Amino acid sequence: MNVILIAVIVLGSIGLVAALILFLAAKKFAVHEDERIGQVAEVLPQANCGGCGFPGCSGFAGACVKAADKGSLDGLLCPVGGQPVMEKVADILGMKAEASAPKVAVVRCNGTCESRPRIAEFDGAQSCRVQNMLGSGETACAFGCLGCGDCVAACQFDAIHMNPETGLPEVDEEKCTACGACSKACPRGVIEIRLKGLKNRRVVVLCNNKDKGAQTRKACSVGCIACQKCVKVCKFEAITVDANLAYIDAEKCKLCRKCEEECPQNAIHAFNFPPRKPKVENVEPAKEQEA
Amino acid sequence: MKTFHIGGVHPAENKLSAAEPIRVAGLPKQAVFSMFQHIGAPAVPVVKKGDEVKVGTLLGEAGKGLSVPVFSSVSGKVSKVDAVLDSSGTRRMAVVVDVEGDEWEERIDRSDKLVTMKDLGGITAEEVVNRIKAAGIVGMGGATFPTGVKLMPPPGTKAEAIIVNAVECEPYLTADHRLMLEKPEQILVGIQLIKHAVNCPKAYIGIEMNKPDAIKLLTNLLKEKAAQYPGIEVVPLKVKYPQGGEKQLIDAVIGRQVPAPPALPINVGAIVQNVGTVYAIYEAVTKNKPLIERIITVTGKSVKQPSNFLARIGTSMQQLIDEAGGLPEDTGKIIGGGPMMGRALMSLEVPVTKGSSGLLLMTEKESRRGEVSPCIRCAKCVSACPMGLEPYLLASYTRLKDWDGCEKNDVTSCIECGSCAFTCPSNRPLLDNIRVAKQTVMGIIKARHMESIAKK
Amino acid sequence: MHYELKIMKPIISLSPHVHGGDSVQKNMYGVCIALVPALIASLYFFGLGSAIVLATSVAACVFFEWAITRFILGRERLTICDGSAVLTGLLLGFNLPSNLPIWIIIIGALVAIGIGKLTFGGLGCNPFNPALVGRVFLLISFPVQMTSWPLSGQMGYVDAETGATPLALMKQAIKEGDASYLDQLPSAFDMLIGQTGGSLGEVSALCLLIGCCYMLWKKIITWHIPVSILCTVFVLAGLFHLIDPSYANPVQVILSGGLMLGACFMATDYVTSPMTGKGQLIYGCAIGVLTILIRDFGSYPEGMSFAILIMNGFTPLINTYVKPKRFGEVKK
Repeated sequence: MNVILIAVIVLGSIGLVAALILFLAAKKFAVHEDERIGQVAEVLPQANCGGCGFPGCSGFAGACVKAADKGSLDGLLCPVGGQPVMEKVADILGMKAEASAPKVAVVRCNGTCESRPRIAEFDGAQSCRVQNMLGSGETACAFGCLGCGDCVAACQFDAIHMNPETGLPEVDEEKCTACGACSKACPRGVIEIRLKGLKNRRVVVLCNNKDKGAQTRKACSVGCIACQKCVKVCKFEAITVDANLAYIDAEKCKLCRKCEEECPQNAIHAFNFPPRKPKVENVEPAKEQEA
Repeated sequence: MKTFHIGGVHPAENKLSAAEPIRVAGLPKQAVFSMFQHIGAPAVPVVKKGDEVKVGTLLGEAGKGLSVPVFSSVSGKVSKVDAVLDSSGTRRMAVVVDVEGDEWEERIDRSDKLVTMKDLGGITAEEVVNRIKAAGIVGMGGATFPTGVKLMPPPGTKAEAIIVNAVECEPYLTADHRLMLEKPEQILVGIQLIKHAVNCPKAYIGIEMNKPDAIKLLTNLLKEKAAQYPGIEVVPLKVKYPQGGEKQLIDAVIGRQVPAPPALPINVGAIVQNVGTVYAIYEAVTKNKPLIERIITVTGKSVKQPSNFLARIGTSMQQLIDEAGGLPEDTGKIIGGGPMMGRALMSLEVPVTKGSSGLLLMTEKESRRGEVSPCIRCAKCVSACPMGLEPYLLASYTRLKDWDGCEKNDVTSCIECGSCAFTCPSNRPLLDNIRVAKQTVMGIIKARHMESIAKK
Repeated sequence: MHYELKIMKPIISLSPHVHGGDSVQKNMYGVCIALVPALIASLYFFGLGSAIVLATSVAACVFFEWAITRFILGRERLTICDGSAVLTGLLLGFNLPSNLPIWIIIIGALVAIGIGKLTFGGLGCNPFNPALVGRVFLLISFPVQMTSWPLSGQMGYVDAETGATPLALMKQAIKEGDASYLDQLPSAFDMLIGQTGGSLGEVSALCLLIGCCYMLWKKIITWHIPVSILCTVFVLAGLFHLIDPSYANPVQVILSGGLMLGACFMATDYVTSPMTGKGQLIYGCAIGVLTILIRDFGSYPEGMSFAILIMNGFTPLINTYVKPKRFGEVKK
């Protein structure tokens, strides 16, 4: 009996002392946090992808609360949750969310194994950033995809994968949240976060080569040679050539696909369009928009 | 025997061309002069297509800030001023000259006669530095830092010791070794000029023990002519890589350790100059000759005739290989520089630049890295690191993208000598990863710096 | 003469372009070679028993490494060639008495490789020395079999005559405060050569020292760990001996039990020891102190394996706080 009593008393008092210490520590080291941060963080996707530019979702929530106190949520966007999540956040903070169009990651390089011959063999840590330190890398193109998959490793959503046949990454549009992690991981800036476009249809220059035309042609058979033909054919002034590289402004582009036909290098690609019917020329842009 | 005090490895020396006298390489048909042959801002081309140039004509003047001019090493006609593939593997601005004859600018003294300090009379320190700057001289050991800038100690510092880097710790390379054997007195005059320029009484020549003939030659010369060359001492060093690293050499020769960046060697009173640079300084000051040629070792286990060439800058590597007996069939890797720190080249069209100390052709078998296996935490990289870093830790932080951890563990102190990857029993690409971390952390530090300036 | 480089694809990589030629295999088999003198000594002193125990232990370790990586972890790559499983098997065998039943040895190997090593991800990831994990598991699970050591010179396997080991005698002397037990200890010379009872690899301190010197010569290990352990043990044991002669004299303490094997081969295991020289000294000293404390005041006669395992646990902490001296670092 005595033994049991002693055990109970000893254990009980240890428990009491420990509880007291915990209580005091909790009081002393308590961190005051704005309640709204927790509330905002709850509606966020909790992927902690960092796509918003803040360290994780709680960081983003903190930034939202701060911005709300200043009076505007401008420039803050959770790329993963997109508009619906931002509306919820705005609700909690009593603000209005700005509307923004959905985006997707686009790999602006079409230098497959066939179109872009390998001139050297890379041997080292399988990382694009390492290969990028070796000048143009395995191919003669100093701007195109390096093919080591830094973007694949950076993606939190399993939305980008290497295609072993082409040696290029492919984006799974369903899964892609346009968080931009792949774009940041790419040492050559090949991946662009681009407007998804009407019905997911996009016309994109699949090249990032800023060398002169002759040099580009040597390095890759589908590179942009800055011949300006697409600029001339575009009625909407959506295409500009800067530093020997054509770029289609997604906001101005009316998806007429004329440039795609015009490009002598086949560097311009149209995504998610229905297959062209032979002999029927030029889908009219107006119709496209109605549909 | 003196040496540096932390880490170090001993790669197989393979000095195949140590007994080969320096040969003058033939004139190229076309010479390419990159405007990026040094650290800092690129030179700005001052010639245009069609201009006639002679040997020694200015092609590009020094850019803004840290920069040096570039001179023609051949005579002929400028065929283009355009972006050309250089040894970095990228296209950068360069002047291309089609060679016709070999006509030199008249101001250059082409005689072989030794000019001593006495002959120069009362040349001022300022004049020496100005001539060095005007000649476009950079560090010729490979770092290519503008020499003129190094010889102007910032206010508040004083040069207490000139250290001549004649270590040549890279395996295979013998250019500096041959230079010391063939032009010893010129080098001594060059050292005197540097001493004069920075008003420093003491100079040391650090030479590794694997070059006993050079040590003997210079020691005897200094003994014989002690009155003519006062205050110069030859310091034999134990053979250990990376002794040729600036910080390691200072530690080895005068026993002082340069603190972490931004401290410079001059903060501990030392100025280090490569022996090739010293020779270039001699030629620039006494002969008025700009930096237009250099000694380059062309070597490799299956090269027919490993040799040391005196080559004009701008000559293509292809030509040098042809003169050394042609490209071996089993070549797997072409390296500009030595095997520990050199760059793998993608093409032989690359020209010789001011910093090209060697061209190494490795056989395919040697070129491939071994199979990577897991880290066994043997700590060999930690004991090999000459900077006292923990390569295994930095590499795994890189994998985890923990840039903060990398910064706290001094990744920016890494001198990229490659001792860690050289010694790793698991063949892990430690330095590849550390380079990524170093780049990233440098970027982060710079961004932070800009931010703090913007806030002010 | 112009060579078409377009035909040849040069290999490109970042520097360094040469490698020292060291490999995991070289290091692992190097340690195995260093164990050969002790192996010969154990065959000489324990004969058939030693051969059976060691062969079973090595074979079982290699088998479990192969079977688990292949069928449970599903890895394609063969890891048994790197020599680490062979080494674990050898070290485990060295820690066992020569008359241990085969099935116990197999259980020990399974625990060493399966729990001690592969649960954590295989070579390089295990926080504790696998051979010691196996040994301690057996020691706790089968105390009787594990602590009845046959006397040396017993060539048979099954019916060997067992006897008190030097460690047991030392323990008794301390317990009863009677130094006369120490008179029964074999002489220091006998203990150095191996004329004493104990586990297979422990008996001949001389052979272990020869192996240790080989590893130092081949630069497989550095001097820090063995020297710091042996010095600490010597100094501490000496102190106790001076204060109270019922504690054995330090020379005999160092030569007894698994101390030499532990200091030279177990504590120096790459994966579980600290990375810096300074850290290794701290680690070694702490092992020495713990060993003496457990030997003299704990309930087990031998403390080496527990001391090493405890310090294995502290290794990450040591690695975090003990950094090598950076170049140019100014002491504050």
